[in-house]
Amino acid sequence: MAKRVVVDPVTRIEGHLRIEAVVENGVIKDAFSSGTMVRGIEIILRGRDPRDAWAFTERVCGVCTTVHALASVRTVEDAIGISVPQNAELIRNLMFCAQYLQDHVIHFYHLHALDWVDIISALKADPKEASVIAQDILGGKLGSKWAKTSPAYFSDLKKKLEKFASTGQLGIFANGYWGHPDFKLPPAVNLIAVAHYLEALEWQKEIVKIHAIFGGKNPHPNYLVGGVPCSLNINELNAINTERLNHVGKLIDDAIDIVNNMYVPDLLAIAGFYKDTWTASKGGGLNNYLAYGDLPVRGYNKFDYKNPTSFKFPRGAILNFPNDLSIHEINPRDKNKGISEYIKHSWYKYSGGDDKNLHPWDGETELNYTGKDRYEYLDVQNKYSWLKTPRWKFEVNENGKKVYKDHAMEVGPLARMIVGYANAAANNKADQDFKTVVDDTLKKLGVPITALHSTLGRTAARGLETILVCKWTKEFFSELIANIKAGNTSTHNGEKWDPNTWHSDKPLLEGVGMTEAPRGALAHWIRIEDKKIKNYQLVVPTTWNASPRDANNIKSAYEEALIGVPMKNIDQPLEIIRTIHSFDPCLACAVHLYDPNGQHIHQIKVG
Amino acid sequence: MIPKETNPLDSSSQRTSIWEELKSKGYSRRDFLRFCSYAAAIAGIELSSFGKMVSALENKARPPVVWLHFQECTCCSESFIRSSHPIVSDVVLNLLSLDYTETLQAASGHQAEKSRLDTIKKGGHILLVEGAVPLKNHGVYCMIGGRTAEHILKESAENASAIIAWGSCASNGCIQAAKPNPTSATPIHKILSRQVINVPGCPPIADVMTAVVAHILTFGDVRLHLDMQGRPKEFYGRRVHDTCYRRPYYDAGLFVESWDDDNARKGYCLYKMGCRGPVTYNACAVTKWNEGTSYPIQSGHGCIGCSENNWWDQGPFYQHQAGFPGFGIESTADTIGAVAAIVAGAAVASHAISTNIRKRKLIKEHMDESVPSEDRRLGDADRRKGGE
Repeated sequence: MAKRVVVDPVTRIEGHLRIEAVVENGVIKDAFSSGTMVRGIEIILRGRDPRDAWAFTERVCGVCTTVHALASVRTVEDAIGISVPQNAELIRNLMFCAQYLQDHVIHFYHLHALDWVDIISALKADPKEASVIAQDILGGKLGSKWAKTSPAYFSDLKKKLEKFASTGQLGIFANGYWGHPDFKLPPAVNLIAVAHYLEALEWQKEIVKIHAIFGGKNPHPNYLVGGVPCSLNINELNAINTERLNHVGKLIDDAIDIVNNMYVPDLLAIAGFYKDTWTASKGGGLNNYLAYGDLPVRGYNKFDYKNPTSFKFPRGAILNFPNDLSIHEINPRDKNKGISEYIKHSWYKYSGGDDKNLHPWDGETELNYTGKDRYEYLDVQNKYSWLKTPRWKFEVNENGKKVYKDHAMEVGPLARMIVGYANAAANNKADQDFKTVVDDTLKKLGVPITALHSTLGRTAARGLETILVCKWTKEFFSELIANIKAGNTSTHNGEKWDPNTWHSDKPLLEGVGMTEAPRGALAHWIRIEDKKIKNYQLVVPTTWNASPRDANNIKSAYEEALIGVPMKNIDQPLEIIRTIHSFDPCLACAVHLYDPNGQHIHQIKVG
Repeated sequence: MIPKETNPLDSSSQRTSIWEELKSKGYSRRDFLRFCSYAAAIAGIELSSFGKMVSALENKARPPVVWLHFQECTCCSESFIRSSHPIVSDVVLNLLSLDYTETLQAASGHQAEKSRLDTIKKGGHILLVEGAVPLKNHGVYCMIGGRTAEHILKESAENASAIIAWGSCASNGCIQAAKPNPTSATPIHKILSRQVINVPGCPPIADVMTAVVAHILTFGDVRLHLDMQGRPKEFYGRRVHDTCYRRPYYDAGLFVESWDDDNARKGYCLYKMGCRGPVTYNACAVTKWNEGTSYPIQSGHGCIGCSENNWWDQGPFYQHQAGFPGFGIESTADTIGAVAAIVAGAAVASHAISTNIRKRKLIKEHMDESVPSEDRRLGDADRRKGGE
């Protein structure tokens, strides 16, 4: 008999997410994903100075801080038609990389690990065995550097854990799914994971100091339209000088050590114990992937599909992976094909009817909450989420005919790695590291490329791209030093700082800014009239992934990925949160609303 | 004063003390005292009270904590775990018993709710709230487990021993409360009819957050030291402007005039670029961010005033405020650089201005003299690039 399982709140994520799943004979048959909080940031942005928008949009999310600020300054720069100095691009890239390094490590250890690691089982570990395994997993590298693979280290940790458990105050570990039959790690490996949970917690606060150096603080460092706010002056105490640069260099080196000698080895070791989870029926979901790409090498405005190395992360969409690895072009300005949003199952209303979809520039919003102020189950036949449903329209061949169709797309690390992989496979001038790192890992684990299409595939892709980001961070830093050495210290382009210079030929300015948040493709759209924001819109990664069905009843990534996932014990939704966590949800980002026509928000019916 | 019976330390006396906890985890007495002194330093606890604090942490159990999330972006949680305390893992895992925090807890759904309900039923917990609460339309804009934020807040606050509003969202409404406040986002002190400790900022500084908790653990009477807005005086009692290391340039009328100009490269005052330091009460310039690494002004961007009430509606950010009541010098400061001599009147203000103009010259001369002429030439990379 079918049973409805509710998980609300889904914890170890950013924001407020609810999952309802229909389970029959121990397998998920249907699933519904709902964002249950809304703030209205786009409405608040209207009428404000576009140069301030980065600060507002940055507050969309404090976990992936910086990403909305970056998308925002790019959006405004696109609208007013300027590009930033090379140093500003490099500093933005360094801040981008620092965000990835911190975010991915924290996701793995603090948001995702407890789906794979049984902390109570660690109490049964033999510290000597843990030491031998740790030496083996880490190839002695960590040990030689930190002396943290010794039996004494693990024995000490185990004692601390025993004492912790004996107090009866389990804190954040209380009521976890400990002892669930789907926990597969031996006690010694669980103990190692707990050790590194704590090590990573200590380290994550270090890498973000790069944000503090260039942007004054973290979370929420400062950005600036036209460049970056910091100045470079190697003969001045009050600027980015040699000491500051040394500090950045040290933080990068330490991050590389953590990623290569702790995060990635742990990830691969854990993945090896869960090999049976590497099958498409376990959390694979959609076969369509979309990435806007990022980390410009020659300027953000100079992205070129024909030049595969103009961005470190290439741009493109893949339909029907792994059968088809062709990279399709994405055009965020095209109002006929490209990106649009549905609200059929979202708590909004469209003037042209709720079955319609609208390009973000033509979007409209009217809040239309149809639920109750207290509920046990969502009314999933109707509207059930504050997230809209983005789709990407592209030509496909159907029965020999070419037709335009809306596609549900997955975004995130797996999408980026697959687009990077396809790019490398198609063009030998492209960055071959994407292919090498994926092929090597699959070989090491003894699984085929189809294995990427799974819960663990998503989690592995996040770790693999972190290896690449480490390498690139180092490159960007060397380039910045080389520029300073050559006397190039400019960090800001002020030619259009004054809004009076904006409208000389156009009363209405339109801009798009794209980036890759750690969680996936992110873009902002702006319209500027009379030096003020006329309309500001965001289509964010978690909106792509966690949205409700569209008007054609097509499921988005979360809902699709949950179908077919087995559930051993419906009172312990371990398998659900494991798959959902593999996407790294960020709900504050995903929920927003806007009203480009300046309409008042209508009264909401509470029924 | 917090009544004795509601002090979290007293209500949880059956639990293990922090010192016992640390001892069992292999920390020495010396480590423990060092932790206490760090906590004391961060909390601004005077030396005479230090013994009291050591004794509190030594003998009392880990207090249960419930951390709620409403309309927010989780920057406060992220900031909290940046605490540069020497044993940060222990703050999160062992010094407090974090019984409910959606960001870190292992359990989801019913199991997570059970943790919260178990703790609030016993009472005596510290309630930490991150996020504003939407009140419009019965609060349907933020629902958790099918219940409104308002319902969950009131339920969790009832038996709490102390309530802290983390960040600007919970303290003053922050971004979702900016005009036109579409969901009627409301700070929690306007919903609860009892004292709330407001720790504003977007986010607050990590070390300030842990220090406020440390202060409560030690004395339990932190509310005696709150200002009119419910903010701990030790961290919100000084303007960023008054503690800023670039203040001398302001006094001397030396300002950054445009981004990355020569003055920006020398680190002059950012007042003309819109800096809100003169109207913002926060610890940024003293405690600094990320283990003392920097703060916004040090990295070249003005303060945007993120800890003040209605800060989003005081913009635009890059337009400096012409004047602020009660500060005569500031109200005319932007004309100092351009106008060489303002000698009108014999009022105190004009005296101050002319004093500052003299001082400005002096500082400028000192600065120029302090750099040997040859070095000055070599030091300016751009000039070298342009001229040689």
